[in-house]
Amino acid sequence: MSSDHNHGAGHDAGHSHEHEGSALDATELRVRALESLLTEKGLVDPAALDEIVDIYENRIGPRNGARIVARAWTDPAYLGRLRADASAAIAEFGFTGRQGEDMVALENTPEIHNMVVCTLCSCYPWPVLGLPPVWYKSAPYRSRAVIEPRAVLAEFGVALPDDTEIRVWDSTAELRYLVLPMRPAGTEGWSEDALAAIVTRDSMIGTGLVTLPETAREAGR
Amino acid sequence: MNGAQDMGGMQGMGPVRPEADEPVFHARWESRVLAMFLAAGAWRRWNIDMGRFARENVPAVDYLSRSYYQIWLHGLETLLVERGLVARAEIDAANAGGHAERSADPPLVPGAVAGVLARGGSARVAATIAPKFAAGDAVRTVNRHPRGHTRAPRYVRGRAGTIVRDHGVFVFPDTHAVDGTQKPQHVYAVRFAARELWGADASPRDSVMVDLWDDYLEPAS
Repeated sequence: MSSDHNHGAGHDAGHSHEHEGSALDATELRVRALESLLTEKGLVDPAALDEIVDIYENRIGPRNGARIVARAWTDPAYLGRLRADASAAIAEFGFTGRQGEDMVALENTPEIHNMVVCTLCSCYPWPVLGLPPVWYKSAPYRSRAVIEPRAVLAEFGVALPDDTEIRVWDSTAELRYLVLPMRPAGTEGWSEDALAAIVTRDSMIGTGLVTLPETAREAGR
Repeated sequence: MNGAQDMGGMQGMGPVRPEADEPVFHARWESRVLAMFLAAGAWRRWNIDMGRFARENVPAVDYLSRSYYQIWLHGLETLLVERGLVARAEIDAANAGGHAERSADPPLVPGAVAGVLARGGSARVAATIAPKFAAGDAVRTVNRHPRGHTRAPRYVRGRAGTIVRDHGVFVFPDTHAVDGTQKPQHVYAVRFAARELWGADASPRDSVMVDLWDDYLEPAS
């Protein structure tokens, strides 16, 4: 199979533009026609659509999750609450609602590495991570994460020891998972804000590790 | 249904392609599709499982050749027509440049969006229902292939696993997707050894955790 012609749920959008210009134009026209119809009939209000887009484009994203992780790293009592009831502990930050109603936190350790996928669609914890990236919704990740997680991790530059158990969580129900990555060595005494700044989105999906940026390593020397 | 959406374990989908500095939306129309899906959902003519089934219940070749938000667009048109909010002829007319008369007032209005999204809607059911299984129990996923919506991925059907965690009581997607019948029951995180799913070539240590409902499981003997 030529991946160059795989535009489906498996494609990445940037890649497809080159081949699909006219098809995308047709889609764009169809979307405009539908929005006009729904607006004219009084089924949706375009200003409400603008608000939805603004929230997911500008207000909710992985910086939310990074604050949860940084708090869990620095406050053992908070980590305890996250273990006992992740939805409530995350709600302490005001991160609640759609696609994050029932949260579970997964702690990565030297023995167990958790990573999250939705093989059936695109389930993802919106209030803490925002909308999922294209690769998370794509056929390659959805098909391969469960059958060859180590090969997928390698493509993200992550190599784990053979004696680490990889636990792949398939989000088939309405639970939404936030991975708590391991805190990197060399961050002792860091502020919560400084820690949050090095927590990446992928580390909270389980396809990345948190590492010290080069500048921080140099500063520590 | 054994459709193209049920991707876990498929091969030949190509590499995962993460995109650096990926935007939330790759085109304005994508953001309008997401927003229309959510805003039209405020009519409460469909639930989340009906929404998922509308997206996946298409010819496999269409599912695989459409981009993610194209799948959402077609799913939205299907729901709007099936649930009586618009007629197919109205969509066709809008695409031909026609206009429609106002016949309703949108239930989701500007100013209310942030609150609605922050409230969300949990699929958890406040009902006292006895669980069929407890943590540590050996179970097997029932080998059933329904034509309708289901959240038991093909790759675990007939496979043996262990109950790890009882998530509590939730609506049952298979009936919820048909007519809203909740059929509330327990959902569990079930651990499947990688070798049980994928054979001797898989890691002896790795596992896949799948959230499964009581109706999907039977005792393993």
